[in-house]
Formats: sequence, C-alpha cells, structure tokens
Amino acid sequence: MTLIVVSLVIFIAVNALPGDFAQAVLGQGATDEAVAAIRKDLGLDQPYFYRYFTWLGGMLTGDLGVSFAQMNFASNMGGTQLKGVLEQIAPRFMNTMFLAGVTAAIAVPFAVILGVLAALYRNSVFDRATNITTLTSISSPEFFLAYILILFLAVLNPVFPSLSNIFEGMGFGERLEKTMLPALTLTLVVTAHMMRMTRAAIINLLASPYIEMARLKGISPMRVIVVHALPNALAPIINVIALNLAYLITGVVVVEVVFVYPGIGQLFVDSVKIRDIPVVQACCLIFAAAYILLNLTADVLSILSNPRLRHPK
Amino acid sequence: MSDSDVLVEIKDLWIEGRSDETWNPIINGASMTLKRGEVLGLIGESGAGKSTLGLAAMGFTRDGVRISSGDVKFDGIDLVNASAAVKRELLGKRIAYVAQSAAASFNPAHKLIDQHTEAPVQHGVSSRSDSQADGIELYDRLRLPNPDEIGFRYPHQVSGGQLQRAMTAMAMACRPDLIIFDEPTTALDVTTQIEVLASIRDIVEQFDTAAIYITHDLAVVAQMADRIKVLLKGDEVEESDTRSMLLNPQEEYTKSLWAVRSFQRDQKPVAATDATPVISVKNVTAAYGKVPVLYDVSFDIHAGRTVAVVGESGSGKSTTARCITGLLPPLKGHIEFNGETLPLDYRKRNKMQLRQAQMIYQMADTALNPRKKIGEIIGRPVEFYMGLTGAKKRERVRALLDEIELEPDQFIDRLPSELSGGQKQRVGIARALAAEPQFIICDEVTSALDQLVAEGILKLLAKLQDELDLAYMFITHDLATVKSIADEVVVMKDGRVVEAGPKEEMFQPPHHAYTDLLLSSVPEMDPDWLTNLLSERGVENIGDAAVDKM
Repeated sequence: MTLIVVSLVIFIAVNALPGDFAQAVLGQGATDEAVAAIRKDLGLDQPYFYRYFTWLGGMLTGDLGVSFAQMNFASNMGGTQLKGVLEQIAPRFMNTMFLAGVTAAIAVPFAVILGVLAALYRNSVFDRATNITTLTSISSPEFFLAYILILFLAVLNPVFPSLSNIFEGMGFGERLEKTMLPALTLTLVVTAHMMRMTRAAIINLLASPYIEMARLKGISPMRVIVVHALPNALAPIINVIALNLAYLITGVVVVEVVFVYPGIGQLFVDSVKIRDIPVVQACCLIFAAAYILLNLTADVLSILSNPRLRHPK
Repeated sequence: MSDSDVLVEIKDLWIEGRSDETWNPIINGASMTLKRGEVLGLIGESGAGKSTLGLAAMGFTRDGVRISSGDVKFDGIDLVNASAAVKRELLGKRIAYVAQSAAASFNPAHKLIDQHTEAPVQHGVSSRSDSQADGIELYDRLRLPNPDEIGFRYPHQVSGGQLQRAMTAMAMACRPDLIIFDEPTTALDVTTQIEVLASIRDIVEQFDTAAIYITHDLAVVAQMADRIKVLLKGDEVEESDTRSMLLNPQEEYTKSLWAVRSFQRDQKPVAATDATPVISVKNVTAAYGKVPVLYDVSFDIHAGRTVAVVGESGSGKSTTARCITGLLPPLKGHIEFNGETLPLDYRKRNKMQLRQAQMIYQMADTALNPRKKIGEIIGRPVEFYMGLTGAKKRERVRALLDEIELEPDQFIDRLPSELSGGQKQRVGIARALAAEPQFIICDEVTSALDQLVAEGILKLLAKLQDELDLAYMFITHDLATVKSIADEVVVMKDGRVVEAGPKEEMFQPPHHAYTDLLLSSVPEMDPDWLTNLLSERGVENIGDAAVDKM
C-alpha cells in the first residue's frame, strides 16, 4: 500500500523534471522532428496516466521495463538482445548491499560498544573524546573523510587499495579488501548517530529505580549497564540503527563516486542526468522499499525486545 | 551488650544534597545504633530524610547527595571511606534493600528468578541452581501463590503485593545481616498491605535479620519495629522503644503526629429522602474497550453532602468518576443531574452542564500546567465558564485564592513549581471552585500528601462545603479519611457496589464480608494489632486472600 503511494510520488516527481530523454540525448541542436520521433519510439508521447498504469502494471508482474539508454544503443547497433532494467540494476544493487553489509558489520557493534562504554564512563575524558571524535566525523563532508582515509590507508601506508572497482566473479576476500575503504568511510559517517543514541538511551535509564536496585545489590557497574540498562534501551537503539542502515543503501552516492565503486547510487545519478526514466523510477522504488522494509524490521525487533509485548499477562 | 552485638553504628552523620549549585543539608547530625536481629523504625513526613538516612546506612548516596561528615560503620567496616569495590562486596550480600515501588524496582526485561539469583551468583555465595531452589523456597515461605512457577514470570505479569514479597525474597537471597525496607507497603491497598507486612515480619524473625523499616505510617511501624526513631526535616526528634513511644511520646512534634487522626467533622442531619439528588448514578455499566470495569453501579449524592467511594485499586472508583464527567460514556445506564438526564459523552454536554461538575485530582503536580502562573491557572475557568475578563477576572481569582487560604498578593504570580504539595492541591481546589459548580469529584486528593497537610486540605474542603453547599464525591482507599469527612459511604469491589449507606451504619457491624475485611485491615496503633488480627483470621486465610486477588 505504502509502496503504491510512493510509486505515484516517484512518477510525478520524475516526470516533473525539466526536459526528457530525447532532448538529453540529442542535445541543443536537435530538430523538433528528431525529438518527436524518439519520444514516439519510447512511448513518451502517451498521456501521463497511461504511462503510470503501464509502468505500475509492469512493476506488479516484476517487469520494470527497459532502460531508454539501452534501447537507444540497441537500435543503433541493430537489434542486440535488450537487457531489462531489472538485470541492469540487480548486480549494482548487490554491490550496494555488500558495501552496506560490510559497513553495518563494522559500524553497528562498534557504535553500540562505544555507546555502552561512553555511558559507563560518562562525563570522563573517554566519554568527551568519543563524543568529539564522532561528532567531528559526522560533521565533515563524506568526500573529505574519504580522501583522508585514502591518504593515510592507501597512499602513506598502502594497507587497502584506493579504488574499489569490484566486478563479478571476484573472490570474496579480494572483494572485501577492495570494499574496506568505502566501508570505513561510511562507518565514520554513521557511527556518531548510533553511538550517541546508545549512550543517551542508557543514561536515560540510569535514574530508574531498578538500576538503583541493581547497584544496591552490589552488581558491578559494567554489568549494571549491559545486563540491566541495555535490554531496556534497545527499542530506540534499534530504530536509529535501522535509519542508518537505510541511509547506507540509499545515500552513499558520494562515497561510491570517490572510490569508483559500482553501486546503485552511481547508476541512479547517471540515469537522472540523461532522464532515463525507467531506471530512475526503479531505483527510487528500491530505495523506498529498503526504507520501509528496514523500518518494519526495526518495529518488529523493538516489539520482540519488550517483554511486556512478548509475554502478555 | 557486648561490642560485637552492634551491627550498624552511625555517629553524628551530616548529609547534603545539591540543588541550584548549592549544597543544602538533608540530615543534620543523626546518630543511631542497630543490634543484630533488631528492627528499627524510621518515621517522618516526606522530606524528613528517612530514605537518605536509610541508604546512608548502606554506605550509598544518590546522585547529587553527599555525606559531608560523620561515621557509618557496618560490622566494624567504615562505609564512609570504603572504596566502591569494598562496598559492592557488602551490598546485596550482607546488606540488602527493599524499595518502595517493587513494580518500578524490578527490571522489566528479566524474569523474577533471574533477578533473584543475580546477587548470590555474582557474589559467589551459591550456584545458580542452588539459589534458584532457594528462591522457590523463599517464595513459598512468603506465601506467594504457585511458588514453583511464579519466579519464571516477568515483573509485569505479577501483582503489586506479590512483587513486593518477591522483592523481600530477593533481599533474603544471600541471607544478609541487614535489610533496609524503604516504605515497602505504601503503594499497596490495605488488604494487600497486611499480607506483605505479615510476610516481612515472619521472615525477618525466622532468619534473625536486622532491619531498618522506613515509613510515614505510624500504625505500620508500630507492628514492625522494636524501636522507633522520629525524624523531622533532617533532625532527629526522639527515639525510644515502640511501646513507650506509643504510650508516652515526649516531644511536641511526635505528639502532633499521633494527633493527626483526630480530625472529625460534625455530624450532619440525614438528607431528606424525597429531595432530588444533585448527582444520581443510575445502573451504570461501563467497559474499556472489551474489558468490562463497572457492573450496574447506582448511587445518589445530595447537595451539601459527601459521599465517599471506597475500594482497592482496580475496583472501579475512578472509572465511575470518568462516567459521571462523561470522559467514558457508559454502555448502559445514565447520569442524572438535579433530576435531568445528562448526555453520556462530555462532548455533547453544554457549557452549563460541564460547569456544574468539577474534578480535583490526586497528583496536583501533574494536574497543574507547570508553565502557567497560579493566576492564569485559576483565571482560565473563570473566563471560560463565567465570562469574566480583565479587572473582574483578576478580582475573582483573588477572591478564590482568599477562599483557599492562600495570600493572593503572594501567590497569584507564582508558578506551580514554587509551591508545596499541599499548596498545589489548594490551587487545584480553587480551579474547581472557579466554575462555581454544585458538585466536585475529589479523586484521592489527599493520598499523595503527608498527614498534617492532608488534614488541612480536608478541613478546607469541609469549610467550603458548609459555605457553598457543595456535594462531594470523595474517592479514596484510606478509611481514616472516610471516617473523618464522609456522610455516606459506597464500598466498591471488582466494579460492583457491595455496600452503601450512611457512615454511622457503615462503621457499625454487621458489615458485608468485604467491608469487614477492608475495615479490619486498617492498621491500628496497637503494637499487638497485627499479631491479634492474624491469629483471629488464621494465617491460611491471608494466603487465600492473595489467591483471590490473582
């Protein structure tokens, strides 16, 4: 249901973009006839609602259409096999998921542990240093962080390759190595938010009577936080993690460009540039679906983390 | 008395708390000694420093509180200067704590038994399985229903009285030398309170544990303590053994505590039976969603009279009030006001009908908008209902403040946070009066207040009733309040009216069995009261009452 609404918004937004594929491809000097011919070829001359429902209908049957760029290329070369949008996006999407997965595997435990430690040693030097460092990293532009990491980890100490041009058939280990720098950059970007929420959610609970009770039972401070506070602080933490994971899937264009990483973000930006509507729409839909799915998962996990909801009276 | 008999020794202890960057005294030079196996009662009003002193006996201070000077020795160990690790070794193992609200003090994320076994396992006293078996045995001794199974529930699945006993069991887990009980029964109904008191007393005797019992309720402390210490604003007033304290209090303040229960308003003539009642509740049945809460509730309230609605929490008292005000439209039945039927939903009532029934809430703290000045809070209904503005409105607000005995010049421009609990409750009363109603619902208005302050509020309500011929519906679970202010009593249980009638009749036998249980459960000053009552009822009966409540 939400996706249908989203699809309508996407369609309207994409079609509200000035110019279209025909103009973009043919350039400034194109004659009106040539533009009209290409438009007719691609179905751009059809009324809006007709195009929307054809697209929607195709989408529901798993057919996301064919990229305009592909079609144009194919007609020039004389009838090569056309790749659907789906096939075009799928490998890119898998790459993005891989990068997001690696980043999440590093960033989530890192952020939660930092948050717990910051809560444990709150107002200490460690707490302040963590706060300042993470805030600095989230406030700096992503490309700047990326270049600094390249400088230190690829140029001065060549630990990781600075180009992440992964391709199909690459071994997992090599892939991981090549993905490391973009993943680390993204880790720096998302850690601050998750870490601060973990810290705040735990500290928020430290005034509760059951935390005082745990202290009065002579439990060690670390155990008080991990066993008594953390389980009750999970719901807000999970939500922030979900939000950041969604960002990792949808918002990493800059990092992909810097590291020449063939993810979905680059494809999306390129397609917008040439008004390749089917690809743009499909990317948007995937982003929307990722957001919805991750938030749904977060809600379910939040419920599972609450014993009141798990074990009714 | 040999020296090793002394378990806790506190000497000239001064404690300060920080507020607004300055340190203010909380405890001024308190001293006490506690022998092994002895129970000391700490008594005083809220803000007297009872809890702070109790926690200090564990070597613990809350955030923003510090011990500025003095000694606390536990079994010869200096707790003031001990390191955190040394104190952690004692806490839970040799000194345990039972908090006021068990519902808030159990961690909602873990099962009871896991929280029970935590201290023994962490302190290396016993293994998990031994401690678990011991926990089940303690649950049994504390007469919890289904002791084998109850520990495997989460806190929210267990009732308040049971949680309080489970917490006592948890405190016992390492067989400590000392337990601090911090108002363990204050949040409970009278009938539940007895069960918990009896359980605590038994188990403390069985294991010969020393205890500090903190409460504001004299009658309760009389049942539990060997000795009583009275605190007032951080100062020690007096200390002596329970019986001599009760028979012969020395200090004026202690005597005044004893005298609080003496307020008794004059008898009023019985209302003429043919008069039209101000409010008449007729066969009201109501539910929250699909959960039925009220069954066929009927009673009348006449002008100038107070009807006390009594019952335990969950008996439907407040729900009845919500039905009268129209916040919860009843499924069946209706509400009559001066003989005229009111629309069930408050949104369908006109301003006149809304004006006539006002409400005063239990928590004056939360019922007053913290960002509005007192003058604005009272001025709002003056303007809304009476249409007064400008100088006339201000005049009326001042008159209302006079009425509730707060000096207008001093209070009209203050914020609620600058008032004491009793003053806030007075403002709540003024706000209700501003609408010039004929009928006021008082929902547990004195429950959150200390006894002396509560008495002032009751006197004010009585005075206003005489002046303005108001009808009160007085919701309470405190039978002492009922005795002092009510004309008629309605007893509710599980959403039904079990007994109703004039106060004199209600406090004379014969009673309905439930009224009898309620009445006999109110603690009395006699130190033998609990013992006598238990032998009268038989211990089995108390366990059964707990099962009934499931």
